[in-house]
Amino acid sequence: MKYRTATEMGLLPCEACGMVCRETAYIEHPCCPRCDAPLHHRKFDSLRRSWAFLIAAAVLYIPANTLPIMRTKTLIYDLNSTIIGGIRVLWEDGSWDLALIVFVASICVPILKIVTLTILLISARRRSRWARRGRARLYRILEFVGQWSMLDVFVVALLVSLVDFGKVAEVHAGPGAIAFGAVVVLTMLASMSFDPRLIWDEFPDENPS
Amino acid sequence: MHPSEFIVCEHCDVVYQRADLIRKQSACCVRCGAELYRAPAMHLQTMLALVVTSLFLFVIANAYPLISMQMNGIDHASTLIDSVAAAWHSGVGPIAVMTALAVVLFPLTQIVLLGYLLTSLIMLHRDPPGFVDLMHALRLMRPWSMVEVYLIGALVAVVKMAGMASVRAEPGLYALGALTFLLALINAFDLRLLWDARDRLVE
Repeated sequence: MKYRTATEMGLLPCEACGMVCRETAYIEHPCCPRCDAPLHHRKFDSLRRSWAFLIAAAVLYIPANTLPIMRTKTLIYDLNSTIIGGIRVLWEDGSWDLALIVFVASICVPILKIVTLTILLISARRRSRWARRGRARLYRILEFVGQWSMLDVFVVALLVSLVDFGKVAEVHAGPGAIAFGAVVVLTMLASMSFDPRLIWDEFPDENPS
Repeated sequence: MHPSEFIVCEHCDVVYQRADLIRKQSACCVRCGAELYRAPAMHLQTMLALVVTSLFLFVIANAYPLISMQMNGIDHASTLIDSVAAAWHSGVGPIAVMTALAVVLFPLTQIVLLGYLLTSLIMLHRDPPGFVDLMHALRLMRPWSMVEVYLIGALVAVVKMAGMASVRAEPGLYALGALTFLLALINAFDLRLLWDARDRLVE
């Protein structure tokens, strides 16, 4: 089956309101007549922006996991816990289900996001024809799970306000939480900057080998 | 053919001709599998009712404490705003700001804006002033509104503390649970339907 793309047909779909506009050669910066958003065939500077956000996220991922996200002070102990440490405590307390949720949200999702985006970016740059449908689905999953890594950050914010009993027991947030929050925001920005249409773009002047 | 009869797949750029769908049907792109559009799950009136309900739930979820904790005879309850303030005073300003935006400000703004636009379009039958800018704001806020993540976070916090002291879920947490459910419905709402409703009105 031959698919006809908007680019081939000279159509410009508006990303903001869904209106499909006809391309006119003499307008340099076309805007959507309905919602006034700028129209482009592909997201502007998609690969470069996405790489920038992704690299920043990957770098911050290291302090996010090595610095403590939380410090618990009681009369008996004073404990700095990292993300992994928090999961281990949950696991040892017997709430394996929640340990699993936090593990998936805080460890699996960020790593998978960084790895998947790297694959998507490299294959899009190389205009690879490999597993296009699968890559398209990966991108949609990525968009869906993006915000769930924020989980641990919210847990810390709640515990800090809840456990406030002076010298008896106190919880403070650690610098790891900031790094981790930044990783989540940056990976979300990276996946938003990526244009999934690049997975499918064909360049007829090149010889597909 | 008029271009508005077309629908373009946002994920792979293939052009389709729009077909009418019946309830619960959705149209998917043949090439990449992404959803193109779906038959509206509910009337705009129903959506307005949900939005108004969620506004009440939002107020309850914010006014009442979510979790309370007892230790050495001291009772300590924490609201959503408390957790933002505590993060701020604990020296993690960025976390406080992120929480305030993602769990309080964006969801509230979404609810209020949708309520305003829907009321104006379907109750008063007039073009709401500022429609275009507000629609852009709604669209951009959507991915950053994270009430459901916060809800699970609150549950995790309850379980984490259960071993240390006696912890209780308070009314705010139940309201937050209900709000999460409604916001999921509201976020599944296709904003393009509002553009279409306005187009019909203006014609």
